[in-house]
Amino acid sequence: MLKSNPHLGRLIVVEGIDGSGKSTQIDLLTKWLRKQGKLVYFSEWNSSELVKSTTRMGKAEKMFTPTSFSLLQSTDFAHRWENKILPMLKAGVIVLADRYSFTAFARDVARGVDPTWVRDLYSFAVMPDLALYFRVSLDVAVKRILSSRAKIKYYEAGMDLGLSDNKVTSFKMFQQRVIDQYDKMVGEFGFKVIDGSLSVELQQKVVREAVSKVLEGWGGLVDPSFSQARKTSSQSSMGRKP
Amino acid sequence: MTDPKFYGAGFPYKKFKPNDMPGKLIVLEGTDGVGRSTQIQLLRHWLEDEGFAVSDTGLRRSPLTQPGLNAAKMGHTLSPLTMSLFYATDFADRLENQIIPALEAGFYVLSDRYFYSTIARDVVRGADPDWARKLYGFALKPDIVFLLKADVQLLVKRLVTDRGFDHWESGMDIRCADNLYDSFCTYQGELIQQFDGMVKEFNLIEIDATRSPQAVHNDLKRKIKSRILNHP
Repeated sequence: MLKSNPHLGRLIVVEGIDGSGKSTQIDLLTKWLRKQGKLVYFSEWNSSELVKSTTRMGKAEKMFTPTSFSLLQSTDFAHRWENKILPMLKAGVIVLADRYSFTAFARDVARGVDPTWVRDLYSFAVMPDLALYFRVSLDVAVKRILSSRAKIKYYEAGMDLGLSDNKVTSFKMFQQRVIDQYDKMVGEFGFKVIDGSLSVELQQKVVREAVSKVLEGWGGLVDPSFSQARKTSSQSSMGRKP
Repeated sequence: MTDPKFYGAGFPYKKFKPNDMPGKLIVLEGTDGVGRSTQIQLLRHWLEDEGFAVSDTGLRRSPLTQPGLNAAKMGHTLSPLTMSLFYATDFADRLENQIIPALEAGFYVLSDRYFYSTIARDVVRGADPDWARKLYGFALKPDIVFLLKADVQLLVKRLVTDRGFDHWESGMDIRCADNLYDSFCTYQGELIQQFDGMVKEFNLIEIDATRSPQAVHNDLKRKIKSRILNHP
């Protein structure tokens, strides 16, 4: 349903529920790769201009059904795919995505849409070269979310599903459904599972190893300013110890 | 609708039983300028005279997506792919929040186009025909679908005396030609081909729309009467 990546660039994505620690890890990974002179494009799961006003209104007025929510998110993703991710992949850049189509597969199916239907919807995109899944228990994630943020939002908590009138209870029930969907996808899409309860640095070690393996022998674009900077710095440091 | 059926998985989170939707879903399909809106009006008056409650709907009328979709059409950010998905969002919203509730309440719903139009447009713009169809797996099967047919030259004649040529109706986003008129002819010709290819697949009833509005109306009335009208 997702064809393999035929482009010069490499696509690496991180997935997991909110509070799984994936954003921390991808941030460290981005910096590490850039320090090696690699051209990296970072892409986030957020609203593009095309659908921003519609998304905002739909959320504020609670107008979404599981199907219309799924379709609007796919419109948004398609826009990002065509305007950002695909051109970067064609150019030979490493694209790091904080959430990818799997987020939609997990959340939309947790909301009740048909699993095959939503996978077909995203078949215009390619399978990442590496999909890292940060697995944490619900309790760990909930603790992180509740301590870091003042308020859980309506759709984040899956309040539209009517699971519970209590936001925290609903959030927990909904996120458990999302975890179940992620777990089901591990085999289907060959996710590399990272234990999100490990220390940040231990997780990063595993992440870097997995990424190095994917990039082994790969010749993508090199950051031109990086090689330039190296040259100038080596020139100016002439006579000094290297 | 005696037993609601969907083209694919429908809405798995909602279960419909037979007779949940006592209303009827009547769809008028066809290219731009073929006279759909005139016929919808005539059908509405006739059905209301007969004592039926009527509700109508058409593309881009969802309150959720209308402002955003209209804004997107004014700019240059809408690609064939995002257009496909945005229109599908509009369709899903109207189906779940307007059409199905109206059918449940026993209304006769007159739909000015359905998803067949969007599939035709998507495929002309290069979408994979199979992908475009699967996208609408949530769509409810109508009780009856008419395909209003006219040749491109007649569409041109109607447009020049009416609203003139439009950027999107002429397929100028994919530049079928370097000017509106030629692009319109090519684009609408390709749409007609797509519709013709869907007649059997979706059980479309072909209606000769080159005749006078009254003649077309009488034809539609006759077919609706014989096939789906519920008389008390």
